[in-house]
Amino acid sequence: MRQITMAEAINEALREEMRKDPNIFILGEEIGLRGGAFTCTKGLMEEFPGRVLDTPISESAIAGAAYGAALTGTKAVAEFMFSDFSFIAMDQIINSAAKSRYMFGGQATIPVVFRMSSGSGRQQAAQHSQSLEVLYAHIPGLKVIMPSTPYDAKGLLKAAINDYNPVVFLEPRVLYFKKGEVPEQEYTIPIGKGDIKRSGEDVTVVATGVMVERSLAVAEKLAREGISVEVIDPRTIRPLDTELIVASVKKTGRLIVVHEAPRTYGMAGEIIALVMEQAFDYLNAPPQRVAGHDVPIPYNRNLERLAIPLEEDIEAVVRKSLK
Amino acid sequence: MDVTTSLSKEQLTKMYYDMWIIRNFEENLLDLYQKNLAYGGMHVSVGEEAIAVGACANLKREDTIVTSHRGHGHCIAKGADLKGMMAELLARKNGLCKGKGGSQHIVDMSVGVLGAQGIVGAGCGIAVGSALSFKIRGQKNVCVNFFGDGAANTGSFHESLNMAALYSLPVVFICENNGYAVSTSFARSTKIDKISVRAGSYGMPGVTIDGNNIFEVYKTVGEAVERARQGDGPTLIEAVTYRWYGHYVGDPCTYRPPGELERWKEKDPILFLEKYLLANKLCCQEEIDGLKAAAGKAIAEALDYALASPEPEPADLFTDVYFEK
Ligand SMILES: Cc1ncc(C[n+]2csc(CCOP(=O)(O)OP(=O)(O)O)c2C)c(N)n1
Ligand SMILES: [Mg+2]
Repeated sequence: MRQITMAEAINEALREEMRKDPNIFILGEEIGLRGGAFTCTKGLMEEFPGRVLDTPISESAIAGAAYGAALTGTKAVAEFMFSDFSFIAMDQIINSAAKSRYMFGGQATIPVVFRMSSGSGRQQAAQHSQSLEVLYAHIPGLKVIMPSTPYDAKGLLKAAINDYNPVVFLEPRVLYFKKGEVPEQEYTIPIGKGDIKRSGEDVTVVATGVMVERSLAVAEKLAREGISVEVIDPRTIRPLDTELIVASVKKTGRLIVVHEAPRTYGMAGEIIALVMEQAFDYLNAPPQRVAGHDVPIPYNRNLERLAIPLEEDIEAVVRKSLK
Repeated sequence: MDVTTSLSKEQLTKMYYDMWIIRNFEENLLDLYQKNLAYGGMHVSVGEEAIAVGACANLKREDTIVTSHRGHGHCIAKGADLKGMMAELLARKNGLCKGKGGSQHIVDMSVGVLGAQGIVGAGCGIAVGSALSFKIRGQKNVCVNFFGDGAANTGSFHESLNMAALYSLPVVFICENNGYAVSTSFARSTKIDKISVRAGSYGMPGVTIDGNNIFEVYKTVGEAVERARQGDGPTLIEAVTYRWYGHYVGDPCTYRPPGELERWKEKDPILFLEKYLLANKLCCQEEIDGLKAAAGKAIAEALDYALASPEPEPADLFTDVYFEK
C-alpha cells in the first residue's frame, strides 16, 4: 500500500470532504497562502477559493466564527497552529460550541471541528508543547480525537467533519511527517472506536498519540522474551471505546495506560476507574499509569525528553505488572 | 524636532554600542542554531534594533518591560544579563531561566524584564498588570510593552488598551509593525493602514513613527514615558520597521516580494546612527571600529560563558513547579 505522512493524510481528508460538500469551509492562521504551519492545508486555497480563510491572529474570533457558522448550517474546520493557543478560544469552544445543543433544547446542530497540533518533542518549551486532550474530554458535549497514524488521522478527520457535534481534533506534532500506509480509496473510521494495534495475551497497554509507537516498540522487544503485550489505541478520547478496553483486560488480566499528558487527573485515571468498575474481578495485578510528569514542558532537550514516558519507563511498568 | 542635540556623545555611543550588541547576539544565535546548540522556536529582530534601544534608553532600572516572542533585543536593551541570556538560549543550567524557558520565555526580573511571551498578544495584559501594580503602590514607574502588528489583532490587545486608558495606567504600548505576522503581510491581516489610529478609539494618544530612526524612537517614547510617569495615562506608538531574517530561524521567506529586503537594508538602523555620528564628528572612524569591536568581544565572552555552563541535571526537571518553604 502507498505510504503518506499524517500531514498529507489530513490534507487529503480536508480536500475530499470539501470536494463533496461545498458547504464546508476552513479557517485559521497561515492555512491559506502558506498552506499551514505544518503543510496540512497545502493547495486548498487554490482549489477552493473563498472557502479557505487566512485569519488574523485572533483565536477567539476564529473559534467564535467557526461555531457561529456551524450553528447556521455551514460546516467549519478551524485550525489552531498549537493547541496551546486554543486556550484563547476555549470560551467559544466550551461555553458556546459544546453546550449549545443541550442549552437550546436540541434546536441546534454544531458541525464544527477544532483541529490543533499537540504535544512536546520540538524544544518549543512550556507554551508550545502541551497535551490538552483531557481538558477538552472533560467537557460534556465535545468529542475528542487524537490519532497516532496517518491512516487513523484521515479516516477520523473525515468522520469528524461529517459529525454534527463539535469535535476537538488533536494532531501529535512530532508525527506530522512520519509516513504510514493509507489506501487510495476513500474510507472513514467511526468516532468512538478504538483499535488493537497489536494483539497479545499477557497484558493490555492502552496508549494514545506518540505513546502508541513507543508502546509498540516495547511490545516488540518483550515478544522476543515470550511476553505477549496487547496494545490498544482508543483513537477517540471521548467517547471512549470502553468495551474494547474492558474486553481486552478480561482477556489479559492486566492493564497499563500510557499517555504523554501529565499524570495527575489524567486519562489513565479515568480508564483505570472504568476497568475497576467493569472488570475488577478479572485483574491479576493493580492497573498502572505511565504518564508525563506533573511539570510544564521545559526547553532543554534532555529535560524535555525526560518529561514524558520513554520506552524504558513503559517497559519497566509492564514488567512490574507481570511480576 | 532636534532630539539629537539633547543627547550627549556618551548616550549616543551607548545606543550605537547597544544596537551592535543586539545584532551580534542574534547573528551569533543564528550560527548556534545551525550547530544545534540553540534550538526550538527562535525569532530574531535583526533590523529592528533601534526600537528596543531607543525606547529603553528612556527607562530606569525599576521600570519594566514586557516583550513578545521576538524579545532578545528588548531584554538586552533593558539591561538583562547577557551571559545569562546566552546560557539560556543554549539551554544551560546557568541560564536566566535555568535552561527551562528558552528564547520565548527569557526573563530577568532583576532589571524589570518581565519576560518574553510565547503567546501572541498575552504581553499586553501583563503590561497592564505591571502598570496597575505601580499605580496601586504609588511608584512613579512605567511599563513598556513591545509587540507586533500581528498581536494588534488579538482580543487581548483590545481589552488591554481599553483598560489601560480607563484606569490611566503608566504603560506605553509599542507596536513594532514589521510588515508581517509569520508569512501574513500586514495588508492581508488588517484593513487599516496604521495601527496607531486605533488609539483614538480607546481614548489615548497614538502615533506612527519610523522605527529605524533611533532619534524618532527615543523622542516619541520619551514623551510617552514622561506622560505615563506623570499619571496622564498610556500611549500607543506604532514603530514601522522590518525584520531582515525570516519569522523563525530557518524560514525560507518565500512570501517576500523581491527587492523588499534590499530596500530595507538600505535603512539599516545601525548604519543610520553610525553615519550621524561620523557626519557630525561625534566619533571618528577609529572610535566606531572600537565600539563595534567591543560589542563583538562582549558577545564572545557571553558565548564562552554559556558554552562553559553545564546542562541541567535530570532532577532539575522537578524544581520550581511550586514555590515552597
Ligand atoms: C495566540 C498565538 N497565536 C499564534 C501564535 C503563533 N505565532 C507566533 S509569532 C506569530 C506572528 C506574530 O506576528 P507579529 O505580532 O507581527 O510579531 P513579529 O513576529 O512580526 O515580530 C504567530 C502567528 C502564537 N504564538 N500565539
Ligand atoms: Mg510583525
